[in-house]
Amino acid sequence: MAGYIARRLLQAIPVLLGTTFLIYFMVFAMPGDPIVALFGDKTPPPQVLEQLRERYNLDQPFIVQYFIFLGNIFRGDLGTSFSGQPVSEILAETFPVTLRLALMAVIIEMVFGIAVGLISGLRKGGIFDASALVVSLILISLPVFVVAFVAQFIFGIQLGWFRTTVGPGAPTQDLILPAIVLATISFAQITRLTRASVIETDGQDFVRTAASKGLSRSRIVPVHILRNSLIPVVTYLAVDFGVLMVGATVTEGIFNVPGVGRTLYQAIIRGEGPTVVSFVTVMVLIYLVVNLLVDLLYAVLDPRIRYAK
Amino acid sequence: MTDTTKATESAVRRDGSERPILEIKNLEVGFNTQNGLVKAVDGVNITLYRGQSLAIVGESGSGKSTTAHAIINLLPGTGQVTGGQILLDGQDLTKASKKEMEVVRGRKIGFVPQDPMSNLNPVWSIGFQVEEAIKANGIATGRKEIKKRAIEVLKQAGLQDADRRLKQFPHQFSGGMRQRVLIGMGLAADPQLLIADEPTSALDVTVQRVILDHLESLTRELGTTLLFITHDLGLAAERAEQLVVMYKGRVVESGPSVEILQNPQHPYTQRLVAAAPSLASRRIQATGSIAAAEAAMQSDAETAAGDEIDLLATAEARAELLAAAESAPPAITVEHLTKVYKIRGAGDFTAVDDVSFQIPKGTTMALVGESGSGKSTVAKMLLKLEDATSGKIVVGGQDLASVTGKQLFDLRSRMQPVFQDPYGSLNPLRNIGNTISEPLSTHGVGDRASRRERVFELLDQVSLPRTLVGRYPNELSGGQRQRIAIARALALKPEIVVLDEAVSALDVLVQAQILRLLADLQGELGLTYLFITHDLAVVRVIADHVSVMQRGRIVEAATTDEVFENPRQQYTQDLLAAIPGANIELGA
Repeated sequence: MAGYIARRLLQAIPVLLGTTFLIYFMVFAMPGDPIVALFGDKTPPPQVLEQLRERYNLDQPFIVQYFIFLGNIFRGDLGTSFSGQPVSEILAETFPVTLRLALMAVIIEMVFGIAVGLISGLRKGGIFDASALVVSLILISLPVFVVAFVAQFIFGIQLGWFRTTVGPGAPTQDLILPAIVLATISFAQITRLTRASVIETDGQDFVRTAASKGLSRSRIVPVHILRNSLIPVVTYLAVDFGVLMVGATVTEGIFNVPGVGRTLYQAIIRGEGPTVVSFVTVMVLIYLVVNLLVDLLYAVLDPRIRYAK
Repeated sequence: MTDTTKATESAVRRDGSERPILEIKNLEVGFNTQNGLVKAVDGVNITLYRGQSLAIVGESGSGKSTTAHAIINLLPGTGQVTGGQILLDGQDLTKASKKEMEVVRGRKIGFVPQDPMSNLNPVWSIGFQVEEAIKANGIATGRKEIKKRAIEVLKQAGLQDADRRLKQFPHQFSGGMRQRVLIGMGLAADPQLLIADEPTSALDVTVQRVILDHLESLTRELGTTLLFITHDLGLAAERAEQLVVMYKGRVVESGPSVEILQNPQHPYTQRLVAAAPSLASRRIQATGSIAAAEAAMQSDAETAAGDEIDLLATAEARAELLAAAESAPPAITVEHLTKVYKIRGAGDFTAVDDVSFQIPKGTTMALVGESGSGKSTVAKMLLKLEDATSGKIVVGGQDLASVTGKQLFDLRSRMQPVFQDPYGSLNPLRNIGNTISEPLSTHGVGDRASRRERVFELLDQVSLPRTLVGRYPNELSGGQRQRIAIARALALKPEIVVLDEAVSALDVLVQAQILRLLADLQGELGLTYLFITHDLAVVRVIADHVSVMQRGRIVEAATTDEVFENPRQQYTQDLLAAIPGANIELGA
C-alpha cells in the first residue's frame, strides 16, 4: 500500500513539470506587455519599466524564466503578484473559501442525488422515477449561469432568504446559495448514476440470496443494494469535489465569491504570470492528490481491489 | 430444543399419518412480457414428505428453477404466481404476506443458489453474510453467540478453518469453498426444507462429488427435507429418492428415481435418459463398441424415439480410419510445451508444464482436466493467442514459433476455435449472416455473392434454416448459437478445430445434437479436433484419444477406451468415479 502511494506520488512529478511548463509557456505567449498594462493609460519612464522587468525576470529568455520559477517553487516561494502581495498569501485567503464552497456543494448533491437515485432505482418506471428524470433533464440542459441568475432572483430578491452576493469574509450562510447552484450541475448525473447502479445491483443474484436467507427488505436495501451501488457514485463525487476545488469560475464570479476561481480569472485578465502559474500548479497538485485519494477510496469500498505491495 | 422437535418429527414419520411438508398443487407461474403473459410453469403438482429427497430435472427453460423461486416467492422480474397452491406444512405460501414470507425464508425453507460466484455479496466478508442470516432468523443473540453459531454452521458445511476465514471476502475463496459457504448459509437457521438449485453445476466434477456427498450426509443428519434442482439426470438419480421430470413448464413424469431411469415412460424422459452422456457412456460400454457420437436426438419430445445408428458399423469404420491416421503425419505435434506466468509478488506460476502430445489427422483428442489444470492455456498457445515459454508446436509441418505475419494469417485460416459460451462469443450487434461470413471477408475469400452462397451452405451443414441469415444472436437459443459458432469456425474450411468446452454450457439434448453434428462434420470434412473439456462423460462419446491434465502436466494419455476401462492414475480414476450416475444400471 505504502509502495503504491509512493509510486503514485513519483508519477505526479513529471505531470507537475509538464503542466507547469505548458502553463508557463502559454502565459509567456499571451499578447501584450503586462508591465505596460500595469500603468494603464499612464506612460511610465523607461527606467522604471526596465527596473520592473528585471525584478520580475521578464528581461530573461523564456526557458531561464521558467527555471527561475521552478527553483523558487522548490524553495516554497510562489512569487509575488503585481499588487505586491505574495501569491502564497492570496492562496491562503482564497482556498479556504473555495474548500468550504466545494464541500457544501458536494454534500448537497450527495444527499439529494443519492436519495433521489435510490428511490428512482427501486421504483423503476414509477411516477417518482419519471418526474426525477424530467427534473434531471431540465437541470442538465440549463447552463450554470442561468441557474445562478434564476436562483439569485427567486431566493435572493423575491423571497429574500439569501444575499445575492457573498459578503466580506465569505460567511457560510452566504455560500449556501452558490453551493446549491453548483450542486445542481452534478445532481442530475449523480441521480442517473445511482439509479442505474441500484437497478443493476437489485438484479444481482446475491440480493435474491440475501432475501432467501430471511432478511427483510429494509435490511437488504441499505446493506446489500445501496452499499454496492455506491462504489461508482462515490468515485464520481470525489472527482467532482476535485473539480470544484480548482474553482468554479463562473459561479464564483456571479456570486462574487472570493475563491480560487474568481481570483484566477482576474489574474488571467491582468496577465499576471506568476499568480496564474502558481495557482494552476497548486490546482494540479490538488487534483492529483484528490485522484489518488479516489483510487485509495475505491479499495476501501471494494474489498476485491487491493493495490500491490 | 431443536432436538426434541426433531424427535417428534421422526415420530410422526414413523407414524405414517403425517401430511407432506411441501405440497404444490396445480402451480402456474407467468411472466409479463410485451406479448402478454407467458406461462413458465403450467399446472405443476409436486408432493414432498418430511425427510425425503426429491429432484426436479429438466433442461433450461423447463420451469424447474422458476418453480423453486415461486416456492420462496422470489420470482425474478415480472414473474408472478397466476394459479394453484404451494402448501408448506399446510400454510399456503402463495397467499402469505411479505412479513410471513420473511419468516418462512431462512427459518422454514433454506435455499442454496446455483452460481457460487455471483451469489455472495463481494463487498461483505463471509462472516458478516453468515452472521446476518443467523441474526435475521433469531437463531442466536449477542455478538459472541452469533459468531459461534456462524463458525459452527460453516464447519458443518465443510469449511474446516472457518474461525480463521470468517473475516475473509468471497473473492478469496475458491468456487467450491463458496458453495460450501452458501450451503452453510442455507442451513444456518436449521430449516425443515432445503431447496438446492443446481448447487454444483458451476463446479468441477470431483469438487461436485465432495460437496454433494457432504450435503447428503448433512441433510440426513439434520433430518432436513431436500428439494434438489438439476439439469443432470444422472446426478438427480444418484442423489434423490424421487424424481420429477419437467418439460416446457409441465411435469411429464414423476416417481422413484431408479424406476424412472430404468423404465422411462414419457418420450421426453426416454430421450433424456438416452442423451445423458453420463448414462450413455455406460450404454456404449455395454455394447462393446468404441466411442463415436451416436446419441441421435431431436429436441422435440412429441416425436418418436431418435433414429438409431448401427453401432457396430460405425465402430468398424472408425477403427479403420484410426489405423490409417496413425501412419500419416500428425496434424498437430506438441513437444515439451511449457507456459510460465510471472505473478507480481508471488513468483512464477507454471500453468503448463512440459506437455507433449500428437493428434493424428482426422481424429479427435480430448484434453481433460479440472479448472486450473492448464488445458485452456494449451489451446491458447496452439491458436497462437499466447506465446509459449518453451517447447515446440508443429501444425501441419510448420513450427508455430517461426510463423509470423502473412504466414500466421494463413495458418489461422486453417485452424479455427469454438469457445464455451455461446452467448459471449457472438457479437450481439451483427446478424448471423455477417457473423458467419466475417472470416471469409477477412481472408478475402470469394466475392459478395459467393460468400453469401457459402453462408447458406454452412447453415445447411450445421442443420440450421437459411432464414436465420438476417437474424441476431439474441433471437436464438443456446444450441442454435453454438451451431452458428461452429459454422463460423468452418467457414474457411479449416483442417483443425479447437473446441474449448464447446458443449459444456448446453443442455443434454442440445449437447447430444452438437456432439452428433461434430462427429458428422469430422467424417465429412476430415477435420481434426482438439476437444477441451472438464466433462469425462462427453469425452466418452466424442474422442479417440484422451490426455488427462492435472496441475499443468499430462498425467495420463491413451486411447479413450483404455482410459475408461483401465485408468492407471488415481486422479483419472477419481475423475471417472465422479461422473454422476455412472454406476446406475440402466434397464436397456
